[in-house]
Amino acid sequence: MEATQATPVKYDMDVVRWFTIAACIYAVVGTLIGVYVASELAWPFLNFDIPEITFGRLRPLHTNAVIFAFGGCVLFATGYYIVQRTGATKLWSNGLAWFHFWGWNLIIVCAVITLPLGLSQGKEYAELPWWVDIMIAVVWLSFGLNHIMTTAIRKTSHIYVSNWFTMGMIIMITYLHVVNSMAIPVDWATSYSIYSGVQDAMIQWWWGHNAVGFYLTGGFLGIMYYFIPKQSGRPVFSYRLSVLHFWTLTFGYVWLGAHHLQYTALPDWTGSLGAAVSLAMIIPSWGGAMNGMMTLSGAWDKLRTDYILRFLVTAMAFYAMSTFDGPVMAIKSVNALSHYTDWTVGHVHAGALGWMSMISFGALYHMVKKLWNTEMYSERLVNVHFWVALIGAVTYIVAMWVSGIMQGLMWRDYDEYGTLTYTFVESVSAMHPYYVMRAVGGAIFNLGTWIMLFNVVMTVRQASATRGVNAVAAKA
Amino acid sequence: MSDHDKIYSTKLQDKIERNTLLLFVLTAIAVAFGGIVEIVPLFYLPNTGMSGGDGTFNNTSHKDKQGNAISMDKIVWNPATSAHKTFDTWQPGDGVRPYTALETAGRQVFIREGCFLCHSQMIRPFRDEKDRYGHYSIAEESMYDHTYQWGSKRTGPDLARVGGKYSDEWHRKHLKYPRDVVPESVMPNFFFLENNPVNAEKTVKTLHVMTIMPFNPVPKTIYTDAYIAGAAKEVEGKTEMDAVIAYLQSLGNHVKFEEGVNYRD
Repeated sequence: MEATQATPVKYDMDVVRWFTIAACIYAVVGTLIGVYVASELAWPFLNFDIPEITFGRLRPLHTNAVIFAFGGCVLFATGYYIVQRTGATKLWSNGLAWFHFWGWNLIIVCAVITLPLGLSQGKEYAELPWWVDIMIAVVWLSFGLNHIMTTAIRKTSHIYVSNWFTMGMIIMITYLHVVNSMAIPVDWATSYSIYSGVQDAMIQWWWGHNAVGFYLTGGFLGIMYYFIPKQSGRPVFSYRLSVLHFWTLTFGYVWLGAHHLQYTALPDWTGSLGAAVSLAMIIPSWGGAMNGMMTLSGAWDKLRTDYILRFLVTAMAFYAMSTFDGPVMAIKSVNALSHYTDWTVGHVHAGALGWMSMISFGALYHMVKKLWNTEMYSERLVNVHFWVALIGAVTYIVAMWVSGIMQGLMWRDYDEYGTLTYTFVESVSAMHPYYVMRAVGGAIFNLGTWIMLFNVVMTVRQASATRGVNAVAAKA
Repeated sequence: MSDHDKIYSTKLQDKIERNTLLLFVLTAIAVAFGGIVEIVPLFYLPNTGMSGGDGTFNNTSHKDKQGNAISMDKIVWNPATSAHKTFDTWQPGDGVRPYTALETAGRQVFIREGCFLCHSQMIRPFRDEKDRYGHYSIAEESMYDHTYQWGSKRTGPDLARVGGKYSDEWHRKHLKYPRDVVPESVMPNFFFLENNPVNAEKTVKTLHVMTIMPFNPVPKTIYTDAYIAGAAKEVEGKTEMDAVIAYLQSLGNHVKFEEGVNYRD
């Protein structure tokens, strides 16, 4: 849908370059912390009796680093990249984009300092202290305003589908962050949510699941709808399917959070409603996944030679898989077993490692080549990264699926006398091999991110050196 | 007709795709529904542990087998009607009460150390959970929990009814070096809590904050001015270890559950 122009537009791509590099760095850091916290569960001595690095304080740092630092930088880099190129226009405000870049990185620095110090609001994925929440709101709105205004000043007639998804993300995350973060501070370090009990639980999972639905899914679907067609050189398989995908996902995803609270003190109707809509969500999710994959129809042979495309298409396979896994886990009888177990962790990582990271890696490689107007330093290393990432992700996910189901079965098992077969701690020690396997899988995945960082740095250095000699202006 | 004017979907969709403001408004409306339907009723419907402005519970009434409603004063401690009118005299079974000053300090440490990432506080109505942890949790039990602590993962066991199950001394040993007591445990050592004194000023401020919450605040009849004034004294000389243990010992024994009563909806 990119317009053909008589005169080439000079895009604002510097900020995109910086977000791209930042994303590559945060991919390494975020997964490295993940490997460490995973190892702490396998070998608790790794807590080293240092309060700042105990599991309870480092785990939020891992989730924040991968979601907001890595995921965020990927979304912002691709968001600014796509909105300019599909609209044939510069950014509405380049200055605001730079404010966004430095503001977001300042927030990440604050997270790195405050979370190990134990400044937590006690809400998963929303642990950061209240004053950081305010910073997030301001910086997020600067992105939202800039992106939407750039959409508004586009030179093309239609708004491209990727930008719909990004707009959905901007709106929903604003709702979620503002409502969920409402708190009364006690001092600079501590604050308490204005909600309590049942209401707080529902609001928290409305936030928790839609951060997944609109940020980690919606935002990344925007990436999918731009980069798969671009990399494969084929148009999106079905435009109508993308319309359906967008509106059903936008309307439907919001309802899912309640499935995290089935059989709790939350009224049954709420949890059941969440579960019912979760099941229905298989349809749009798979429709979208098919749309991405079938974009390759007639060009499947490219998978043999195009390693970047491999990342993108594998991501769609994982997207399809985890959007099947999710609704299954939302079924009440399955949830009774899977809730509170590692199965949930496995499900999240099928999404995070398989779908979100894979599509990010593909998009990052694609952008690096375009942004620096060069070939990769090593295409072979892209292929190596692909296989390392795939093996790491699968190892991780399998370990957690097995341990999760085993945990669930051990907890509910009764012996012939009608008493519980296992004590709780027996289930803990039975998990040890799987926790080791998970740490290994994570470490393999982390190795892949180092390979990417090395490859990208070498590519940029190479491109800069060539540009210095030839003084060729980048096409960007 | 040029390519730009051709309509590939419907007229409405085409109009939306050409108009940023329209797309923005319709998306903003579409994403609002689910949250409104699932969240807003929880503030008004019965059985959500939400106390209305008049101190009632949105027509919540738990009924026994004969269909007789159990008085809410038996579920949630009401100093006005209870035989035990102060924190000092409150007994387990008198009904859900907010946390004492020391417990409040302990709860802050519990949140700070991220305990909820591995320990849930929400027992589901299943046979195995009843045998392992006790009676299923009910909405009223977390009504004073600003930032609920239900958790989402049991790397360690549920704590919703851990109060009174172990001695203070057991908790102290276990929190300091968990593997001294439970060799298979993967919990970090929290020995350092014994070196940290409770922050009295912060605790007093926290009690005050709990009384000004817009939803489910602690009634001024419970956190009286006199109680808040004396809170600093209560936590004087206590360590964070003492506080966490006090918090853990307070969990889950507030309500006296009766056989045959349906406490869920």
